[in-house]
Amino acid sequence: MLLAIDTSIGTSVAVVDRDRGVLAERATSDTRSHAEVIGAYIDECLGEAQVAASALSAVAIGMGPGPFTGLRVGIAAANAFAFGIGRPVVRVVSHDAVAFAELRAGRRDPVLVVSDARRREVYWSTYAAPDSEGLPKRVQGPALTRPDGLEDAVTRLDEYRRVDASEVSAGALGMLAETMHPHGREFAASEPLYLRSPDVTLAKAPKRVTG
Amino acid sequence: MTEAAPLVLGIETSCDETGVGVVRGTRLLANVIASSMEQHARYGGVVPEVAARAHLEALTPTLTTALDEAGVTLDELDAIAVTSGPGLSGALMVGVGAAKALAVATGKPLYAVNHLVGHVGADVLSTGDDGGAEVEYPTIALLVSGGHTSLLLVRDLISDVELLGETIDDAAGEAFDKVARLLGLPYPGGPQIDAAAASGDPTAIRFPRGLSLPKDMAEHRYDFSFSGLKTAVARWVEQRQDAGEPVPVADVAASFREAVADVLVTKAIAACNDLGVPRLLLGGGVVANARVRALAEQRADAAGIALRIPPLSLCTDNGAMIAALGAQLVAGGRPPSGLGFAADSTLPVTDIQA
Ligand SMILES: [Zn+2]
Repeated sequence: MLLAIDTSIGTSVAVVDRDRGVLAERATSDTRSHAEVIGAYIDECLGEAQVAASALSAVAIGMGPGPFTGLRVGIAAANAFAFGIGRPVVRVVSHDAVAFAELRAGRRDPVLVVSDARRREVYWSTYAAPDSEGLPKRVQGPALTRPDGLEDAVTRLDEYRRVDASEVSAGALGMLAETMHPHGREFAASEPLYLRSPDVTLAKAPKRVTG
Repeated sequence: MTEAAPLVLGIETSCDETGVGVVRGTRLLANVIASSMEQHARYGGVVPEVAARAHLEALTPTLTTALDEAGVTLDELDAIAVTSGPGLSGALMVGVGAAKALAVATGKPLYAVNHLVGHVGADVLSTGDDGGAEVEYPTIALLVSGGHTSLLLVRDLISDVELLGETIDDAAGEAFDKVARLLGLPYPGGPQIDAAAASGDPTAIRFPRGLSLPKDMAEHRYDFSFSGLKTAVARWVEQRQDAGEPVPVADVAASFREAVADVLVTKAIAACNDLGVPRLLLGGGVVANARVRALAEQRADAAGIALRIPPLSLCTDNGAMIAALGAQLVAGGRPPSGLGFAADSTLPVTDIQA
């Protein structure tokens, strides 16, 4: 059993079990309340699933792509929860969970997953038809571009059905992690997928105050 | 110290220090800090996004080290405390998200506390086995760092804290950073100015004391302003340079430092006298400044005011002070904060617990 968290867009939390599926899920698409709702969502999911924290085998976390602040809240929570129960964190690319949700809904064609990166940019990833284990096969991405830049960035754009993700389901993300694990699939790296450098400007020489 | 004193873990991420502390009642067991200061040096000040990224990386290792140093397990904790504000919002959210998840994972009650009151709470901690001197209230508290410059009246640590005044523009620590840059000294400016000032004459240049004129004192008796001072230093340095004369860095640093220390201490002592409170507590990173400390000691002594300055490691931002305030709230029978509180970058000092 896993606790699954994704805050790459809104906030989504789930408790999942490989055999029994999604046992509980809480989500909001609000992109400004991550730190506020995350604790209660975890608590409510465990309660509804009637699962003790100590019964979980790991915490699955969506590593983005996603805007800085919200994405980080989920990763911080996942790390801390895993530390609290002495179990590992398993990291998943958030777009993979969107592609996996498409597969779970019976749609098996190649997809282009697009999500809002703010500042008039989008995150995108492409997926081929699923592999033999029914897992999404990422072809390109995740990457960042202006919306009108997709045509240049995506190879054979017209072969993909576009899926605009307005949320990432932690239930799907958790089930993906549960499925990846026995098949020995590689999880994501520990670096959050911000895909953007921090906004900073190097200190310039002080400006004159006298004319 | 009795065994019944609550064992509390505190998490602090409001600025550029990731702090985790462990206390048992008023006894300090661990105070571990990971600072991202070096990453900010080339930008000349704290970059919020850089600080927040660093918190995320540092948090779990800092938790591990703090528990190890304290020699306790998560299981043994009575509560977890976390800074919920004020501070940099993205940075605060890392600590708040982590603390909530840790509280649910361990089933421990969670206390969301005010960073500024945490600075005051640091004063109850003793580092030895015998317990420190009892802290007496009311006290005036002067909290000065790169992020804040606040003067508080603390009647009771967990129930009655009043904001007397604060900076209306830059924090004092920021003024040190900016003046250091003017003088070609690296970041952070505090220690650099302090070192340069050591051989300078503090009376060489009379820089203005912000909000100290009679008309300002009527409206801003306990408020601070450092932006005019910074501009005055810049103007003075430019005039020298324009005249083709060398800038006497030591004298400028000493005179600037004197202006800051003077206005900080003058207003703090005035608050003690005006309000009949014969106690003054200093907190925040600027306490590291030798002149601020010396001037406070000298004037407090002359005015018959008892001055308290916690060890520097408890004055700069740290998790132990948050744990200490949390432990006071637990001991005072306060209910936990629950899980629904937000990170509040402008949390007023009157909200001791969220
Ligand atoms: Zn502080």
